Amino acid sequence: MSERVITYLEAVREAMSQEMRKNEDVFILGEDIGVYGGAFGVTRGMIEEFGPERVRNTPISEAAIAGTAVGAALTGMRPILEIQFSDFITIAMDQIVNQAAKIRYMYGGKGKVPMVVRLPGGSGTGAAAQHSQSLEAWTAHIPGLKVVQPSTAYDAKGLLKAAMDDDNPVIFYEHKLLYKTSWEVPEEQYSIPLGVADIKREGKDVTIVATGIMVHKALEAARELEKEGIDVEIVDPRTLVPLDKETIINSVKKTGKLIVVHEAVKRGGFGGEIASVVAESEAFDYLDAPIVRLGGKEVPIPYNPNLEKAAIPQVPDIIQAVKETVRFK
Amino acid sequence: MLKTIKVPPHITEEKLKSLYKEMWLTRYFDEKVDQFFAKGLIHGTTHLCVGQEPSASGSIAALKPEDKITSVHRGHGHCIAKGADVNKMMAELFGRVTGYCKGKGGSMHIADLELGNLGANGIVGGGIPLACGAALTSKMKNLGYVVLCFFGDGASNEGSFHEALNLASIWKLPVVFFCENNQYGMSGSVKEMTNIENIADRAVSYGIPGKVVDGLDVIEILNVTYDAVERARNGEGPTLIEAKTYRWKGHSKSDAKKYRTREEEEEWKSKDGIKRFKELLISEGIFTEEEAKQLQQEAKKEIEDAVIFAQNSPEPSLDTLLEDVYA
Repeated sequence: MSERVITYLEAVREAMSQEMRKNEDVFILGEDIGVYGGAFGVTRGMIEEFGPERVRNTPISEAAIAGTAVGAALTGMRPILEIQFSDFITIAMDQIVNQAAKIRYMYGGKGKVPMVVRLPGGSGTGAAAQHSQSLEAWTAHIPGLKVVQPSTAYDAKGLLKAAMDDDNPVIFYEHKLLYKTSWEVPEEQYSIPLGVADIKREGKDVTIVATGIMVHKALEAARELEKEGIDVEIVDPRTLVPLDKETIINSVKKTGKLIVVHEAVKRGGFGGEIASVVAESEAFDYLDAPIVRLGGKEVPIPYNPNLEKAAIPQVPDIIQAVKETVRFK
Repeated sequence: MLKTIKVPPHITEEKLKSLYKEMWLTRYFDEKVDQFFAKGLIHGTTHLCVGQEPSASGSIAALKPEDKITSVHRGHGHCIAKGADVNKMMAELFGRVTGYCKGKGGSMHIADLELGNLGANGIVGGGIPLACGAALTSKMKNLGYVVLCFFGDGASNEGSFHEALNLASIWKLPVVFFCENNQYGMSGSVKEMTNIENIADRAVSYGIPGKVVDGLDVIEILNVTYDAVERARNGEGPTLIEAKTYRWKGHSKSDAKKYRTREEEEEWKSKDGIKRFKELLISEGIFTEEEAKQLQQEAKKEIEDAVIFAQNSPEPSLDTLLEDVYA
């Protein structure tokens, strides 16, 4: 029996709507999320169902709306903040980094900030440098935040449920190019715990830890490599904070080789963290090849489509990295 | 009964007396902290509100117990006025585990959520949007409380101030924005950093009332804040109040105060709001000079006891370092 198929975008919307029907404390706020339905259409139809009090269309004031979400969370609500493009988190950074992430600790364990910040991120839409970034490593660096990066509609729905149930600020990265992709997704609510990686493909020759849209590029590379007899294992951490180190380490112990792939700029990217986690673990002894990191080039995302593609890892880059890595015995 | 002054209905003569004592609590608290910093007995930094006691106590007296506040880096007076335990405040400044934040927050992060104090804030302007959020909760859950949001003249040049006032206005949030204009940011004077006479004039841009009050006049502050709070409680939206006041001390502990004159300081000190309030209460027959002195002595004793409590309190165990990062 096949399950129902919906898009990643619909999965995100369904997760929010199902929770909002159950829990009156949950509401969403953001720019143009009302009748417009949000820049990408994620909230389309929600204001009609839940009304303007719970689907709050805001002025273009990222600092104020982020702070309003923090203040509402601190006093008993469970807001979902939609930041129109993930790049605009830069304008809300004080409220997320200095306020939301730190309030509980600064106050000596009093209060909590249960909020979800939804961020459509990534390149590939021709929106150029200020609308295409992947800044998840910034947020992963901050104690007090949790960081989620779903790669499929199934994961998006389950992880968003867990994020909404969490009593901490959760940064939830959605990839714009995944919004229209379709997947089998159960209709009922379900939760995927934060901090549990998913092995998207089992293999024995090399471990690829990939995040977000790179999971799919890695899967495509794996299908090509399979034809040449190379068996790739793909680990999707799904959440960067908390990070399921155990699954990554165990995979590397099995394959003896590690490639990390993310869209974000390689320098200072989260791949460095994953590589270090493995290098510092008992899996180090199992490594037969140098760890390879694939990440975005050290440039702002350019406008021209060919340049834009060249700025981030593509399937051939992954295939090449795997081939170079499996040469080591 | 009060002879010449008008006060909100919930303000009794006892409350006026306690306000007098409360302002002394704040002043003694901050003076004590100043001394300990000078001696190196408290580390880190602190921002003292000596001279600004009337704006904290006068405005918070307008609130009901269920109303909330957001405070600032110069926030000891707000904490005390909202009913904070001075023992726990002093212990926090000493970094002790009995402090409000278990020794992890220090001067700039004291909060008491049960009392409706949503916390001081180390980021200038950072608490203004938080106040909008707390007010939104009140509105969405129909809880009836109002949020009194403190900030300084410096914060009124932050984007968060302008964004938050606009948001609160369009959503008619039950929040009162209270600017304590103490004439200076760290060193920049309000005359140098703004090109308007009154910060309250900025209210016009957001379609809300703006009021200027004498920041040393407890009764005026109380009445104007009360009207704004009740307006907010009735669903009519926010007000911006500006209290013209002065911080007697420097910005923080290492301030040579080169940006202002000693004459200017003396002029403001001669207008001490606590002294003025005492004279008013005596002329109103609410207390005698002798009773006033007694209240002042009680406040002094409470702060001295708070110091003893703090000094006798244990340091936090290193085991607590990683606690409370996540809920």
